[in-house]
Amino acid sequence: MKKHNLVSRLELTNITKQYPGCLANDNISLTLMPGEIHALLGENGAGKSTLVKTIYGVVAPDKGDIIWNGKEVSIKSPSIARDLGIGMVFQHFSLFETLTVSQNIELCLSKTQLNEIGDLAERITHLSAEYGLNVKPSRYVHSLSIGERQRVEIMRCLVQSVKLLILDEPTSVLTPQEVSGLFGVLRTLSNEGCSILFISHKLHEVTEICHKATILRGGKVVDTCIPQRETPASIAKMMVGDLAEQDAGYTKKEGTVGVFNVEDLSLAAKQPFGTTLKNLNFELKSGEILGIAGVAGNGQDELMAIISGEDERSVKNSLSLDGSDISDLNAGERRKLGMAYVPEERLGRGAVPDMSLTENTLLTHSQGFIRNGLVDWQSIKGYTSELITKYKVKCHGEFSEAKSLSGGNLQKFIMGREIGQNPKVLICAHPTWGVDVGAALAIHQALLELRDKGAAILLISEDIDELFLLADRMAAVCDGYLSPVVKTETTNIDQIGQWMAGTFIKNTSASDKQEATA
Amino acid sequence: MDSDLIVQILFAAVKTGTPLLFIALGEVICEKSGVLNLGQEGMMLMGAVVGFLAAYGTGSAGLGVLAAMIMGCIMSLIFAVLVLHLGANQVATGLALTIFGTGLSAFIGSGVVGQTIQGFQPIAIPLLSDIPFLGRILFSHDILVYTSFAMTFILMFVIYKTRIGLTLTAVGENPHAANAIGIKVLRVRYLAVMFGGVMAGISGAYMSLVYTPMWVENMTAGRGWIALALVVFASWRIGRIMLGAYLFGIASIMHLVLQGLGWSISPNLLAMLPYVATVIVMVIISADKFKEKLLAPRSLGKTFDPRQMA
Amino acid sequence: MILIQARTEPSSLMKVASPLLAIALTLIFGCVLFSAIGKSPIQALHVLLIAPLADSYNIGEMFVKMGPLLLCAVGLSLCYRANLWNIGAEGQLLAGALGGSAMALYFGDSDSILALPITLLAGIASGMIWAAIPTYLKLRFNSNLILTTIMFNYIGLYLLIWAVHGPLRDPQGFGFPESAMFSDTTLLPTLFESSRIHLGIVFAIISAFIAWFILSKSHLGFQIRVFGSDEPAAKYAGFSSRKLSWMVMLFAGALAGLAGVSETTGPIGQLVPNVSPGYGYSAIIVAYLGRLNPLGAILAAVFMAVLYMGGDLAQIEMGIPVAVVSMFQGVLLFFLLACDFFINNRLAFSNKATN
Repeated sequence: MKKHNLVSRLELTNITKQYPGCLANDNISLTLMPGEIHALLGENGAGKSTLVKTIYGVVAPDKGDIIWNGKEVSIKSPSIARDLGIGMVFQHFSLFETLTVSQNIELCLSKTQLNEIGDLAERITHLSAEYGLNVKPSRYVHSLSIGERQRVEIMRCLVQSVKLLILDEPTSVLTPQEVSGLFGVLRTLSNEGCSILFISHKLHEVTEICHKATILRGGKVVDTCIPQRETPASIAKMMVGDLAEQDAGYTKKEGTVGVFNVEDLSLAAKQPFGTTLKNLNFELKSGEILGIAGVAGNGQDELMAIISGEDERSVKNSLSLDGSDISDLNAGERRKLGMAYVPEERLGRGAVPDMSLTENTLLTHSQGFIRNGLVDWQSIKGYTSELITKYKVKCHGEFSEAKSLSGGNLQKFIMGREIGQNPKVLICAHPTWGVDVGAALAIHQALLELRDKGAAILLISEDIDELFLLADRMAAVCDGYLSPVVKTETTNIDQIGQWMAGTFIKNTSASDKQEATA
Repeated sequence: MDSDLIVQILFAAVKTGTPLLFIALGEVICEKSGVLNLGQEGMMLMGAVVGFLAAYGTGSAGLGVLAAMIMGCIMSLIFAVLVLHLGANQVATGLALTIFGTGLSAFIGSGVVGQTIQGFQPIAIPLLSDIPFLGRILFSHDILVYTSFAMTFILMFVIYKTRIGLTLTAVGENPHAANAIGIKVLRVRYLAVMFGGVMAGISGAYMSLVYTPMWVENMTAGRGWIALALVVFASWRIGRIMLGAYLFGIASIMHLVLQGLGWSISPNLLAMLPYVATVIVMVIISADKFKEKLLAPRSLGKTFDPRQMA
Repeated sequence: MILIQARTEPSSLMKVASPLLAIALTLIFGCVLFSAIGKSPIQALHVLLIAPLADSYNIGEMFVKMGPLLLCAVGLSLCYRANLWNIGAEGQLLAGALGGSAMALYFGDSDSILALPITLLAGIASGMIWAAIPTYLKLRFNSNLILTTIMFNYIGLYLLIWAVHGPLRDPQGFGFPESAMFSDTTLLPTLFESSRIHLGIVFAIISAFIAWFILSKSHLGFQIRVFGSDEPAAKYAGFSSRKLSWMVMLFAGALAGLAGVSETTGPIGQLVPNVSPGYGYSAIIVAYLGRLNPLGAILAAVFMAVLYMGGDLAQIEMGIPVAVVSMFQGVLLFFLLACDFFINNRLAFSNKATN
């Protein structure tokens, strides 16, 4: 880090923001020097997102001052933030898929900025070459990969000569190789004097690239440190406090008999901008966890929907359970045969937001609770409160509405509900996404316990670390293709990372050709 | 069928299609911002009755149109406040607006039922109206028809060529992202809904000042609803709305065509034709689910609450 | 300073109070309106709300109007609970009236004991057919249910008008667009000697209880609620949207058809062009006012029937156009939607000024 002068780029003092029932930011103070890469660390719900949205003018703080380059400022909207030279890359990108790259960038610029720039497309091409971003101005955003979209967001900030770049969990959607590309860009920017505020929960990344770190817990600053002098473990301790147990290494198991088979599964995309599944083959054995890695949007949702039966199209002879074809059965009938699902979207798919937990239990678990078509509400209530106790779901009671629960608690409830049906096959997507460490640990242990009871589990996740921790065998998806399936012990992060980027695809199609000619 | 009859039919199709064109142009702007306003019929009726009353009182059809525009705008504001600020369900609020407008228009118009006024007179545009065939079909109308032509082209330019159009499309596709980059989503939606109201007002005024220069209860006969179908038919594209409006115009004057062919069918059965045509068109257009999802504004009908951004 | 805050839990008090508050606000709006047009608001409200319940004849007429409103509203409540925007109760009611009347006229003077039941069934079946077409188009061709059901309202209306001008016109009717009067065997029995209250109101109340039972006690009703509240969750759980859509829409069509045939075989006794003064549309308001709860719809239907009666009386006694009723309905729904905002939000009073 080069210190260009002694005036801080950004200084926050006593930022406080109260939401109904939650103090998101509690007297947060933070200083950022020019060229500094500063990590903002904390668990989900620690207040990181609220804080950066305050800096970017999306959220108005109740209290506190923002000092920008030595002057007190009031950032009432993102356009004011941009005029100051603050740019932000959102976790869920703020791009418009039906517009082109250059239209997306234009929307962020004021009239005067546009006039200064002159030919926007040319400027984009120029910057793209300078920073190695490889962004073409005329392309439609829906045709871009996740990594490319992120580069468009960064480009958005670069065209306005940004002085502070905020990135909200930028690496969670990238392959390991793309991450190192991103870090290259960030280092260049830092050397040019641009400050960077970097939200993450991946500790090894923080120690790799950040100059300083501020750790938030429960809306408060609990610590600051220089990451290079810390280890991931010591930082983790600061984030969660001393009490939390850590995920230890778990023993890997070998599956016994194949229960669920996917054979030559090909399926056209149903949604615009969706992914087409291309000739997928794998076998799921009882007593194992098969992990599928991949960057979001590479066919995971489509695969989940066709396996669960939510996608009602017929894929004759492509899906079989215990040796018999299930592709013509609807989602309800598949459930009756012993399949269960934990979807990525908890609220709005896995649970009905406006219904009580009791009703949400009945959502998928009706066996034994229906007599002559009538619901035995009394028994379901009792069973639900058992689930709540067993899985330590924090809520007011079985009458609580699903939407009143935190993400982690709702996930524990859904997990408990699905496991409670003793499924033969459990399909589980992103089980700990956005969940705090304690809940993640409970969820991991519940999955392993189910595996040890002999269930076959398909685990779809974007979190490579989690897959290596839990999966007995692994594969990756890219652009609707499935990589070879290998034992976890025999592979490493680098190989899976390359597969996530699709390096195996060429080989597959080449071998297809060989077979065709043979 | 001789060519003179064809010209007459096409002339009538343009005239019949004009109110549909006005109201559908308003609705498409509203829908592009992500708001579905099912209150078109009510706003149109209010435009018709207020336009008629104002023209009847002042003797000026121009003031009638102005009054109708203001009324349409006021009606759309009621809708906008409920839907945008109070987060009310768009479908239910739109229905309420239609029921309210139907009742209120009948209520305030009860005194002038059956009265007639001097509406707009046709103005043949010099030179253009002399073009054989097309001149009589397109350029021998009243000022409002020409306004609708101009409006269509202005909107095509604004939506497809300007920053305003880009902002509108962005808000309709992803209001959360738009909010995050600093676009005032609610303001854009307010303006879009109000524009829809103004256009519905003009459309109503066209009915009571030009089409049948008088006021009758429920005189719009479902045109507000047909306009909603028209927007779907046009896949939210301005140019196709114009085409669609005239095609629906032809469907509504089908009895002329059939009489021209010498068929005799009960007028009550023929009166069903525009509605049947609407159903058939919707079936054909919507059958391709994939295409409709691609073209419809993605946030259409969904409530946006900026407070949920936290 | 007054602030608007999101509630952490929805207010169950407001869920119940909201319709009552909306009615109160609508009445206040009415008073202002009547004052503005130079009528006495007290007298107007008396005519609109008190007079309809002032004597036993009027109370009887109130029940006569309540029947079709409630039948339609019960069906619509179920549809809206399932998030199926069926706006077609009016058309389904007209279809029921038309189909039932055709059957009644077919029976003519027959003294078969089955004449009335078969007439009613014909009406029910016609309403179901009228609901089935848009349902099929939605499920098969993905067409917009709101728009198709609206279009079928218009198509149904013109079909009925065509019928009374053509095939069903009374040959001895001096050319009036009306059918012949039905014979006594195809008329619904009245409940009391001196009034026009007929079996229709009994059907309506029974249907409300059945619908309530299905919604709150059965697994089917649970599925309907999930489907309406959160369609992706219903799909995830494996509930068949096709089956649920058909059941709910056909149920609503059957009830609306029954409402139609009960009108022609009940108080009217023949088929006329204006069978319904917009009952099918008003039922939308009734369903909402009743919180989409079939039992709530009973109370809401009483209020709406009183308003209808009041509208008639206001025209006769005070020269107020009868359209005031449908205007009030719109205003009522506006106020209801606005009051519902406070189920999930509240006003907070804070002492400190802005800082």
